[in-house]
Amino acid sequence: MSSLTVFYIGLFYVATLILIAGVAYRIYEYSRTPAPLKIPTTPAPTTNAGVAYRMAREVVLFESLFKSNKWTWVFGWLFHFGLLLVLLRHIRYFQEPVWFWVDIVQPFGKYASFAMVAGLLGLWARRFLVDRVRYISTPSDHLILALLVGIGLSGMMMTFVVHTDIVALKAFMLGLMTFDFQPLPTDTILLVHLALVALLMIIFPISKLLHAPGIFFSPTRNQADNPREHRHVANWAIELERKNG
Amino acid sequence: MAAPEFEVPQFKEQIEIPKIREGSMSHVKSFVSPQPTQEFLGYPWELGEDWKERALFKMGDLLKKYRSLRVFMDACVHCGACTDKCHYYLGSADPKNMPVARQELMRKVYRRYFTLPGKIAPWLVGAEELTKETLEDWYSYYHQCSECRRCSVFCPYGIDTAEITMAGREILNYAGMGQKYSNEILTKVQKIGNNLGLPGPALEDTLAGLEEDIEADTGVPVKLPMDVKGAEILLVTPSADFFSEPHVESLIGYAKVFHAAGASWTLSSYASEAGNFGLFNGNYETMRKVALRIRDAALELGVKRIIVGECGHAWRVAYSFWNTLTGIGFDGKDPFSIELQQQLDHRYPQPMHICEYTWDLIQQGRLKLDPSANDDKIITYHDSCNVARASRMGDEPGGQFTIPRNIIKAVANNFHDMAAETIGEATFCCGGGGGVLTDDLIELRVKGAYPRMNALNNVVQEENVNFMATICAICKAQFTKVLPYYGFDRSMVGGVHQLVSAAIKLD
Ligand code: HEM
Ligand code: SF4
Ligand code: SF4
Repeated sequence: MSSLTVFYIGLFYVATLILIAGVAYRIYEYSRTPAPLKIPTTPAPTTNAGVAYRMAREVVLFESLFKSNKWTWVFGWLFHFGLLLVLLRHIRYFQEPVWFWVDIVQPFGKYASFAMVAGLLGLWARRFLVDRVRYISTPSDHLILALLVGIGLSGMMMTFVVHTDIVALKAFMLGLMTFDFQPLPTDTILLVHLALVALLMIIFPISKLLHAPGIFFSPTRNQADNPREHRHVANWAIELERKNG
Repeated sequence: MAAPEFEVPQFKEQIEIPKIREGSMSHVKSFVSPQPTQEFLGYPWELGEDWKERALFKMGDLLKKYRSLRVFMDACVHCGACTDKCHYYLGSADPKNMPVARQELMRKVYRRYFTLPGKIAPWLVGAEELTKETLEDWYSYYHQCSECRRCSVFCPYGIDTAEITMAGREILNYAGMGQKYSNEILTKVQKIGNNLGLPGPALEDTLAGLEEDIEADTGVPVKLPMDVKGAEILLVTPSADFFSEPHVESLIGYAKVFHAAGASWTLSSYASEAGNFGLFNGNYETMRKVALRIRDAALELGVKRIIVGECGHAWRVAYSFWNTLTGIGFDGKDPFSIELQQQLDHRYPQPMHICEYTWDLIQQGRLKLDPSANDDKIITYHDSCNVARASRMGDEPGGQFTIPRNIIKAVANNFHDMAAETIGEATFCCGGGGGVLTDDLIELRVKGAYPRMNALNNVVQEENVNFMATICAICKAQFTKVLPYYGFDRSMVGGVHQLVSAAIKLD
């Protein structure tokens, strides 16, 4: 087994561990931090079912973003749903046999990469063209976009231009999952693609990519508007009540 | 009015998003709170040697206590969707008045001290040390936010800059830099019972005077009772309603409505303030102390219902927080809240907004109204931010928009809404809320009022509107002050119950 293969095996284990443990830890932290007051942005649903529906609209349709900026919404939505389809398509590299619906997604996933990269480029252009967005952009904002564009373009190169040995790659991935290690194909473009993906997984729990779990914990979106009907008190506030009467 | 020493924005058919002008509002700073006030509230009054440790300690503390702050610090992707949503940015073009930039003042410090990338590669993620300059920036720009939550409507994650401003002000207080205006009010309400610092006897005189005025005016002996034990309803209203114009006209309106309904009601001298500036400073304990005065008054007087007068942030605290802070509401399982909740009448929501009360009576046909009494007026309605985006009225989401408008349409014949993108959940703040209603911030107040003034001007031009109704004491005071800067008459603003007062027929 080449040292290159060993390096990538190690890289993917580390990256997976960091991604899963890191995001799990963040979710633990968010859920453990109390929301002492009822602060849904109103008008808000009055029931928990209503809250679930509101959250679904935010996650699937980016409803609030749609209200605020149509360009950002178009590019953001293209990117995220492109990304989603691309990710679903990738499931086929991690299982044998492949679920039937993954096969159905396959052709769409292939072209969704265009939507994804187009969306990213649109979002990136805003960071140069709109003075307000330029003002708030940090180096890391540009680098994350560069990273995702890099992942997208290197992936598309393999899909549409210089095909890699996909059978060997799948054997490598399945090997990672069953601890039956197989050699990794050595074309540069694949190595770049995989290294960038691992980097994305590593920075996920320590960057703004935390918006993905974060949205579910946002009190202005996940609380029901029922403060008169239900008394809501945080644990630390109960302590305070005991102390001060 | 003397000519202002700053530029008042010009009216446009459609308000334009300005190009950023860095530092254009950095000179605007409200007065710092003096030693006695800070001491009374339990804060230091100067920075001293260890200000930085104290500030960072408080920040860590708040990050553990408030999920909003914790999640909002991490979740922002700098998408920029909020950048053109703040009235202070639209009126001043200072980029630090863009909601995300206001958040970033704190986020850069958060990253430096509380996150891994900020500790190892601060330049990469825009992390920065907490310095005196940063603290000064916080002081300036956390007092250029009216905590109106407009940004939270438009952020894809609902990031509410108000939560960050509140935390920022709390940290500033712990560092020894409080704001004079808000902190003096918090002192007055706790020492005397209301924000204006009116003692009980002065209040009694005022109410007696008002009773005489109403009787002279209508020939009907409408009462404004105070401290009546065993009354059914306790009315808690902003203290401005007792003394300021046009506020007092609405107080007269409430009294007439109670009279017409034959209700047994009372005011309380101990809890003669609905406003609660504890909200603005983000201090749970202070906010709770101020709110407890109302609980105590309710228990003392033995009332069955609590009704709140026209005030935006007061209604937010009452509707959203009273149950949490004081047990005024339902479903309490602990002795503290059960004690009060047993006393309250479960057939009505607790607390109830005066507009909910009046609208119920109108629907039951229990008020005799003559809308033609308001025919001299062509009316529009300004949704106050805390009512619109932080509370509700009635049973349905959005009742806070329909109920006040329904009342206006029942008591007046001419009503026109302002442009849709400037009302409802997207309403523009008056520019004076959240603890900035002070003369040392007049430039901010005038510039922040611009989007609302522009929308008003459009209906003035197109529909000949000559009256803007609203249900907030701060909005009323702010508009009275800034309308003239935009060439309007200050008496153009007034309360919804001021209109009710004119139309109601008593016997
Ligand atoms: C629950 C799942 C997610 C939701 C609801 C969500 C939603 C959003 C929204 C509304 C925006 C702002 C608009 C925009 O710039 O597109 C955004 C930005 C962004 N998202 Fe997500 N997202 C999710 C998951 C992800 C994932 C898994 C990634 C990457 C691996 C990602 C990467 C990004 C990036 C890089 C940006 C910033 C784009 C820019 O720089 O302008 N998101 N997301
Ligand atoms: S809460 Fe209101 S004033 Fe504060 S930043 Fe948001 S929009 Fe501006
Ligand atoms: S809209 Fe929300 S996520 Fe976007 S920049 Fe503003 S605060 Fe950040």
